[in-house]
Amino acid sequence: MPRIRIGRRRKLRVTAARVALFASIALLFVPAAGNAGPASKSGAQASCRLSVFSWWTGGGEAAGLAKLIKTWNRANPNCRFKNETVAGGAGSKAKAVLAQRLAAHKPPDSFQGHAGAELRDYIQAKQIVPIDFVYQQYGFRKAMSKQLLTQLTYKGHIYSVPVNIHRANVLWYNPSVLRKAGITAAPKTWSEFIAALDKAKAAGVIPLSLAEQWTAVHLLETVMIATIGPTRWAGLWKKGADWSNPGVTLALNRYKTLLTYTNSDAASLTWQDAGKLVADGKAAFNIMGDWQDGYFSGTKAGGNLGLKPKVDYNWVPVPGTVGTYDWLSDSFTLPKGAPHRSAAVKWLGFLGSRKAQDQFNPVKGSIPARQDANPKLYGPYLKWALQQWKTNKLAGSLAHGVVAPGAWYKDIDTALGLFLRNKNVGDFQDALESAAKKRAT
Amino acid sequence: MRSIRRWGPGLLLVSPSIVLIAVFVYGLIGWNVKVSLSDWRQAEQTTGWAGLAAYRDLNADPAWDESVHHLLVFTGTFIVGTLFFGLLLAFLLEKGVRGEGFFRSVYIFPLAVSFIAAGVVWRWLMNPAPGDRASGLNVAFDKLGIGFLANDWYLGENWGMAAIAMPAIWALSGYIMALYLAGFRGVPEELREAARMDGAREWRVYRHVVFPYLRPVTLSALIILGHISIKVFDLIVAIGGKQLITQTPAVYMWILIYDAFDYAEGAAIATLLLIGISILVIPYLVYSVRSEQRA
Repeated sequence: MPRIRIGRRRKLRVTAARVALFASIALLFVPAAGNAGPASKSGAQASCRLSVFSWWTGGGEAAGLAKLIKTWNRANPNCRFKNETVAGGAGSKAKAVLAQRLAAHKPPDSFQGHAGAELRDYIQAKQIVPIDFVYQQYGFRKAMSKQLLTQLTYKGHIYSVPVNIHRANVLWYNPSVLRKAGITAAPKTWSEFIAALDKAKAAGVIPLSLAEQWTAVHLLETVMIATIGPTRWAGLWKKGADWSNPGVTLALNRYKTLLTYTNSDAASLTWQDAGKLVADGKAAFNIMGDWQDGYFSGTKAGGNLGLKPKVDYNWVPVPGTVGTYDWLSDSFTLPKGAPHRSAAVKWLGFLGSRKAQDQFNPVKGSIPARQDANPKLYGPYLKWALQQWKTNKLAGSLAHGVVAPGAWYKDIDTALGLFLRNKNVGDFQDALESAAKKRAT
Repeated sequence: MRSIRRWGPGLLLVSPSIVLIAVFVYGLIGWNVKVSLSDWRQAEQTTGWAGLAAYRDLNADPAWDESVHHLLVFTGTFIVGTLFFGLLLAFLLEKGVRGEGFFRSVYIFPLAVSFIAAGVVWRWLMNPAPGDRASGLNVAFDKLGIGFLANDWYLGENWGMAAIAMPAIWALSGYIMALYLAGFRGVPEELREAARMDGAREWRVYRHVVFPYLRPVTLSALIILGHISIKVFDLIVAIGGKQLITQTPAVYMWILIYDAFDYAEGAAIATLLLIGISILVIPYLVYSVRSEQRA
């Protein structure tokens, strides 16, 4: 017996040594294999594959993207769609992967990004190129509103095609909770809002449900726009803007007041959790973007709540922002050195078309960036949003990348995180002011 | 010629790992330090020299202060808690239980669970919701009649990070138990008997004979736990996400690089973390090399 054991052990050792040798030899070839990359890529040019990078991996977004892919593949059998999605963290993981690919000069043919300032980082790094010619070629300038085009333009150029428009300044509420609390009408002004919150508090429900930190940034932006209006809001993001003015102070004080009406466990909730508090009748109001409508009214099979719009839940613009559309948008870009450039240009043209936008948006739960959508395709909330989109003044979203690039957002986020704890308006405003001085370009 | 024959094959055998470590460990550490001293503060890569600017900005950054403070609370709770429970479990097993092998496995199993999975489960357990929305541990406390223990968990202002250390303590206590158990087994029985012969009571046997034997084990455990703690990232993200209340240096590094595109400042954090770990590890290496020489 012992003999056999020794024999086995020796054999094992020999194989282990072989494996180690093989592994080290294989490692020597790793760089060579890496170099072979570009060569094989040019070989693939003949059978073109359009690689599109996004973080649309679940829910209405993924379903909408699937529809677009189907249409694209039918129209472009020679250049089929290669869906390069990265799941997780509402895009934060995808952005990490993307940054690595761009740094390695291996961009996809097109990638997703929030329209507006969030793209500035890529623009300044010369990782994406202007696509004004796409707008010219496909007539987007006529199809989209002047206001939107102005807010998309950075230093005279446009860098992405918006596929959809979401609205951030929506106050969601539970009509039956409001009835029980004796709130007769949804609030329109700030004082009506506070009165309603007080009544909800007296009725023993959470007056305003709030979730983790980014939703607190979202809340702040709507309060600021409600207080200083869309024009002065836009001014805050320009160089030399005055963040120390009394309008901002008033907004921050209002924000502080609002926080006293929120749930104590906000930081442990997701935005869906906060929405569900309203749906379940445990909270009266919630301020969130209009993806909340998709969560409320979507099918239960899809992980949503399956509620009836205007009956189980209802909405108005955030008090003080009637007539203002606090917008954000998912858009697609043209990276520098895109492997299949002409196909990528065609893809951008397709994304901006009425057909693609009317295909994608009813499923995603947003409205087209174009003005000529077919309202019949959309549900009750989105029909209302389409109307508003045509007449409202636009204000870019802070929490969703329209007005501030990454570094500026990070500074604001930190200041807000500190404020959530110490509730010191003076410190908060100072921090916001110095962030603006440091980051505005 | 002959001498080459003697050391040549050996060198050849280890050379792949020497090359790989030189490039992928020390080469990249060097590159990281270089980035931290550069002016690469935006998405576009630049290689200009900026000296300690990134470190100075970090020093003036309130988010960095918060992160370090959180890390200190986390590390303190984590190390003390894990050592305590590890030693306790090892002590109980050492005293002789029936089915020791079974308990050993049970205690060490949590180590096999990833921090992400453990974090998700502990996020449910540590639900801070008040009133009728409460769940997890707070409800369990209430049912057991110790409702006064119910608390805000990781949302707590000063000690929130201590709550986040709990899953880490849970995950690693078994591992530390294994270390201590090996330590206990290394104490020669004769020494204990000699002490008992001299009339020492049982706790004195432990105090003066067994525990001194465990000192090297404790030191190794400190090093292992310390470096895990300094790098902690996945557990934090699984429980707290990207929020200031639970931010640690590793999480902040992630935010700086991938959200703010501030590569120099992110690299500065990486460098500082490395220095922090070195402060722990280098004295240990010196100590172990010395004691080996003595032996």
